[in-house]
Amino acid sequence: MGLLDKHLGYRAPLDGIRAAGADPSNVRFDAILSPTEGTLDGKKVILLGTNNYLGLTFDPDCIEASAEAVHKWGTGTTGSRFANGTFAGHAALETALAKFYGRKHAMVFTTGYQANLGGISGLVGRGDHLILDADSHASIYDAARLSQAEVIRFRHNDPEDLAKRLRRMGDAAKGSLIVVEGIYSMMGDVAPLKEFVEVKKEAGAYLLVDEAHSMGVLGDRGRGLAEMCDVESDVDFIVGTFSKSLGAVGGFLVSDEDNFDLLRIVSRPYMFTASLPPAVIASTLTALKRLEEDSSLRVQLQANADQLWNGLRDMGYAVGPHASPITAVVMPDQAMAVTMWNALLQNGIYLNLAIPPATPENKSLLRSSVSAAHTPQQLDTVLGVFEQLGQEFGLLGRARRASA
Amino acid sequence: MVELATDLTVREVARAAETVLGRSVQVTHETDIARDLAVDSLALMNIVMELEDRFDLSIPLDRLATVQTVGDLSDLINKLRVKA
Repeated sequence: MGLLDKHLGYRAPLDGIRAAGADPSNVRFDAILSPTEGTLDGKKVILLGTNNYLGLTFDPDCIEASAEAVHKWGTGTTGSRFANGTFAGHAALETALAKFYGRKHAMVFTTGYQANLGGISGLVGRGDHLILDADSHASIYDAARLSQAEVIRFRHNDPEDLAKRLRRMGDAAKGSLIVVEGIYSMMGDVAPLKEFVEVKKEAGAYLLVDEAHSMGVLGDRGRGLAEMCDVESDVDFIVGTFSKSLGAVGGFLVSDEDNFDLLRIVSRPYMFTASLPPAVIASTLTALKRLEEDSSLRVQLQANADQLWNGLRDMGYAVGPHASPITAVVMPDQAMAVTMWNALLQNGIYLNLAIPPATPENKSLLRSSVSAAHTPQQLDTVLGVFEQLGQEFGLLGRARRASA
Repeated sequence: MVELATDLTVREVARAAETVLGRSVQVTHETDIARDLAVDSLALMNIVMELEDRFDLSIPLDRLATVQTVGDLSDLINKLRVKA
């Protein structure tokens, strides 16, 4: 009897997936050649599942800033933000983020996961009410547990369902915190934010939007879904990450809320973890500047998203409700998803295999994320492989109707 | 009377589980939700959402920490109904 015996229920499914080919939970790249290419087992693959939306991981200015910072400040801060881990760069990045979002306050966390964990658990606690979209990211669910708040879920992207549940709560709805995401990471669908804002105002609740997948992607200035929907002044808190469009790692929370600085001494995931290394802070600051100044990246990203989504839909694959940098192809079952994932890999395309319980409605998905750095030729190659494999496995006829 | 209310609630839990799981289930008070019904944490949260609508009630997720059997869930619902 070992401590891990309780997880043995996962053994057979995991072994089954491994027996079918490569292990999707343990892909090891030999080399990363560019934002869109790497090598696996000595073979070149197109990277189509890396959330590298603007393709800035190899941006020369970001690399230069990062290298300069590591020389000047060393490899790490060796401490938390709360103690010795706040350097000039951390403060400068917070100032830059607050300015970018037009907010009074910003706080930088060591990961995006911790931004939700530390932000949400700092905002609500025992006796408070936290209202979550049912398809929320794991970091939001974990934040809910850490917060010890009373948690109510509403049906995914359904403002009427949210309103119903808030009404049911009576007086407790006022002052509760509603959490939604800009773009949902599995299907790539966006929240009906204007409608959510109406519900929030009606109830007297607060609203937090996680723009992890929409920062740098949506909005004229790249601030995300709240900007695109023109409701920024009604969104009380915005959480985001540096590990997607900004090409590094880390997370943040911005707001105009009074007493924001108290979060720095109550938020445990902020206080009790080492702060980001200076090199990461430096590349993130540079990437944020590029995001702000160069809207052509967003235009290119959208064009690439359209090309992939339209191509897959026209072939007859079941895809999400609209073109998005995240395009998930719904597979008929998990076995076919695993087979297709391996076949795509063998044909030089890496994307994400997403299976229950990580997926909405127990779907088995081939999840891709496009980058502004993908060339139209790369995406043509991807589409060509999808078409060939779709025919080989008889997926196109079966899926054609479902994609409407 | 108490027995009757509990049986009714157990039946509603079964119906909610069937709606979420898409298969028929047989439950008693003692049915272990995770083990006997093969319900993972996500499915349980979806069942709770169904039950909130059936009973027009808020069931905060943090209250599920102590729920292991269908009886536990049914008791929780009845307790919350009294409070509401």
